[in-house]
Amino acid sequence: MDQLRKHLLSIDDVSVDDIAEIFATAAEMHDVQRREVKKLPALRGRTVINLFFEDSTRTRSSFEIAGKWLSADTINITGKGSSTSKGESLRDTVLTIASMGVDALVMRHSASGAALQVSQWVDAAVINAGDGTHEHPSQALLDAYTLQRRLGSLEGRHVVMVGDLTHSRVFRSNVLCLTKLGARVTVVAPPTLMPSGVAEWSRAAGFETSYDVDAVLPTADAVMMLRVQKERMSGGFFPSPREYTVGYGLTRDRLALLGPDVPICHPGPMNRGLEIAADAADAAQSVILDQVSAGVAVRMAILYHLLAGEGSAA
Amino acid sequence: MSEQPPSSPAPQSDGPADEPEGRVVLDDRDIARALTRISHEILERNKGAADLVLLGIPSRGVPLARRVAERIAAVEGVEVPVGSLDITMYRDDLRKHPARGPQHTEIPAGGIDGRTVVLVDDVLYSGRTVRAALDAMNDIGRPDVVRLAVLVDRGHRDLPIRADHVGKNLPSARTERVAVRLAELDDVEGVWIS
Repeated sequence: MDQLRKHLLSIDDVSVDDIAEIFATAAEMHDVQRREVKKLPALRGRTVINLFFEDSTRTRSSFEIAGKWLSADTINITGKGSSTSKGESLRDTVLTIASMGVDALVMRHSASGAALQVSQWVDAAVINAGDGTHEHPSQALLDAYTLQRRLGSLEGRHVVMVGDLTHSRVFRSNVLCLTKLGARVTVVAPPTLMPSGVAEWSRAAGFETSYDVDAVLPTADAVMMLRVQKERMSGGFFPSPREYTVGYGLTRDRLALLGPDVPICHPGPMNRGLEIAADAADAAQSVILDQVSAGVAVRMAILYHLLAGEGSAA
Repeated sequence: MSEQPPSSPAPQSDGPADEPEGRVVLDDRDIARALTRISHEILERNKGAADLVLLGIPSRGVPLARRVAERIAAVEGVEVPVGSLDITMYRDDLRKHPARGPQHTEIPAGGIDGRTVVLVDDVLYSGRTVRAALDAMNDIGRPDVVRLAVLVDRGHRDLPIRADHVGKNLPSARTERVAVRLAELDDVEGVWIS
């Protein structure tokens, strides 16, 4: 690996060459997914712990399957039902788990920066599976991988992201990843869900912002709908769900603005009828389930490159 | 994948390369003759091309397997399925080197169950690559018979493994390096020892 070292905390930890190598490995892992025996011995004897302090279905199960198919021993610890609910601090929980001799911690936490903090406490490799509203690098990598398989190179392609940007770590990681790969990115949200300071960031990182979905969609080469994160909202971001859908949802009418081959992504879980209509989610051009299967392949590639070789965490 | 002494880092073995140092032990015509003989041996041993599958071990085993298949087609008029079998994740020295990305594995559509699989590689050395290939095959299917064809056998086995078909037996010292270059992947073609 060119730039990727011990941890994957942010898309900033990987170079363009690293991404290419991860994608090449993921493509091979994708083939393994179709085999009868889905098992490779590369991480035999390694232990991967999924430490999830927030709810997750696909990320956690996808990391678990990825670890198991590479022959690592994978276990899950969730915030609910762990000692943190008895009042143990994050540091004590993490150090306790690390003392059992784990090689990697896949971690999700509601606090931005939690994965970085933990990486400074333990010897194990830390993979950020979502920290607050900060980053979710494995999701961005699998999104880019899915789009690259559909579109070929992402260089110069126009990717439109629509939704709740303020609360979205997927948005942050995806902007970093897609612009790194040369894509032209436009992000669209209602003013109340556009993060403060986005103007400066978009100038620095070279992406565009808009409040008008209908103006942007006709030039899109790919669309990513982001989830409206009700659990992170204390209310008041938009008057009603209906109004959000009318202004920013990928409705049947807006689907008609897209070319027939423009892939539609959603990181899941979807609020059907809110940010995405069933017609769009189930359209032939929807790649939402491809994203899920790519998720396992890309996470296998990440675990392999972080854990298989010499000098990797022990 | 050329077998390297287990303790030395494996070099990048794909992409174009300049002519290696040392003495030429096989030139392009020698390689052509060796592959023709191996192709005939495979057919003789198998009593024809029925149920044969050729699996090349990346990177240089794959073009060698294709060349053998071309020769078999010319002799028998039968298209033998050719695939590639990557062994990166099955190596026993995976933890001794920085992780390298796997190369392409492609199993022919008919699979390998009940077939006679001929593994094809460029250099047979420690035998560890072949051991890894046998493990890798175990996860893919169950061939009736597995045979091994190599362009060069340089000796110094670490494991009880032997080739069925050998292009050239090349006595070598452990300190020597054997380099294979093939026109499909490299600028030059031949086998060098230095």
